[in-house]
Amino acid sequence: MAEGERLDVRKTYKLYIGGKFPRTESGRSYLVSDAKGKPWANACRGSRKDVRDAVQAARKAAPGWSGATAYNRGQVLYRVAEMLEGRREQFVDEVARAEGVTRRVAAETVDKAVDRWVWYAGWADKLTQVFGSANPVAGPYFNFSVPEPTGVVGVVAPAASSLLGLVSRLAPVIVSGNTCVVVASETRPLPAITLAEVLATSDLPGGVVNLLTGFAAELVGPLASHLDVNALDLGGLDLALYREAELAAAENVKRVVPPVKLSARDWLSDAKGQDPYWIAAFLEIKTVWHPIGV
Amino acid sequence: MATTPVRLGETGSGFLQQVALGPLLSRFAVDEVGAGERAAALAKRSIKKESKVAALRLAVAVMDLTTLEGADTVGKVQALCSKARRPDPSDPEVPPVAAICVYPSLVATARQALAGSGVKVASVATAFPSGQASLAVRLADVAEAVEAGADEIDMVINRGAFLAGRHQEVFEEIVVVKEACGQARLKVILETGELGTLDNVRRASVLAMAAGADFIKTSTGKIQPAATLPVALVMLEAIRDFHDRTGRMVGMKPAGGVRTAKQAIQHLVVVNETLGPDWLTPEWFRLGASSLLNDCLMQLAKERSGRYQSGDYFTKD
Repeated sequence: MAEGERLDVRKTYKLYIGGKFPRTESGRSYLVSDAKGKPWANACRGSRKDVRDAVQAARKAAPGWSGATAYNRGQVLYRVAEMLEGRREQFVDEVARAEGVTRRVAAETVDKAVDRWVWYAGWADKLTQVFGSANPVAGPYFNFSVPEPTGVVGVVAPAASSLLGLVSRLAPVIVSGNTCVVVASETRPLPAITLAEVLATSDLPGGVVNLLTGFAAELVGPLASHLDVNALDLGGLDLALYREAELAAAENVKRVVPPVKLSARDWLSDAKGQDPYWIAAFLEIKTVWHPIGV
Repeated sequence: MATTPVRLGETGSGFLQQVALGPLLSRFAVDEVGAGERAAALAKRSIKKESKVAALRLAVAVMDLTTLEGADTVGKVQALCSKARRPDPSDPEVPPVAAICVYPSLVATARQALAGSGVKVASVATAFPSGQASLAVRLADVAEAVEAGADEIDMVINRGAFLAGRHQEVFEEIVVVKEACGQARLKVILETGELGTLDNVRRASVLAMAAGADFIKTSTGKIQPAATLPVALVMLEAIRDFHDRTGRMVGMKPAGGVRTAKQAIQHLVVVNETLGPDWLTPEWFRLGASSLLNDCLMQLAKERSGRYQSGDYFTKD
């Protein structure tokens, strides 16, 4: 090697479970190619035991995250936006390569992903006022309906929009205090793993977001049938897998959000790509009666 | 109640010469690294499918379901006893646990709640968990538990005396406690987390067995580290050597720190490999635990249904 030349330092793409970056328990990997079909890197091919570990980590993180103040959760989500902004160039490169778009479009996508974190961060201390209510009742009672997080949510990330689609579905799940297990896009998982590095350095407690890469057909089954998962966002699944997952989810009556079909353009649009009702999809309403004068 | 002062030195004195176990106490050096590696290698055994189900059921059958909290109440012990009789009402294949382990004040409650079930009542005694009381008080503690109907007594050794090198005193205390137990079987807690080295664990094991322990037990569960695999291995090897030398079987009870079904199976493997299947019965092996039972039940339910389970569907103890 000539003087001054350097060896490549290539990144090992791993899973993100409980705030750590372990390799898959199964020791397997699969080849990820870029949008032009050129081999890019090997990603972990997660197994059902990784699903088990991830759900366990999410369950463990649930009391702390759902018990944090809304103000604090908003700050943490905003911090994610800050960290993402700081690594903007890296994400522009990865999105361009993964999705086969120009650097200009990739830059627009990353900027939008940052803005989306900020937008959902703002919702943290507003969703209770918007989705909760003080109800008039025929008796001497105060009657409140307050939203609470559903619990552990399984998120199957959109297949095509590797970063923005994922952020747009992930942020509304965790802003209310849910914890989650994300199955990254099968063909474009690398920007998701880099996003996990951002989450790991954003004051987000370990286990609030757990990210698995691998084959959806292999990971979604154990996730959908897991009795400790309370809800599923099956946004990134095709119809056949979705039907299967919906059936498996029926055992403990999980909340299931069906696939959304949005194009790359749609994810960039604020009218279509962000929605406060995506937060509401993973909330449970608790109604409390309190006697007046006590 | 037996509160008459006991003068040590009147029982079993000069045991080192009598029992000819002196060499085992002084000469023995445990290979710490070797014990760790052997335990780690055995822990890697892959137990799957039918074997796993059988191991999990065995783990339940040898369990001493334990509650040793300041906050224990009659109601809590009764609830735990009904769980001990039938750990999983939805699965008739799951056996009852071996015993319930409580403080002496709750022995009568447990006795009543377990009547006719075959589940034994074990009681900790001798000023558990520290053992820092006069011998008379410790013996009174034992007598009270035995009178209330305990089938088994879990005593703690005098670690202060042991660590100070007063082995004879520790030995003689175990002998008198054994006498106070009468028909009840005696488990001797070494509290390995406070003994410091595996040499001491081995020494304390031999001491307890020579003094008449029916079981040797790792820990109180109040000190960390508790029942680690290397410690269990050293104690099991001590039991094996004692059996070879004297022909007397002594039971083993890891307790404290065994929280997952996986850990429980690892302990079963180590027992099987060290002492053989003769010891894998509630008669000679126990697992002391409080949160382990639910994990075993969840794993059994998972093997049955193919679905990973949730703690939401199992009773909280």
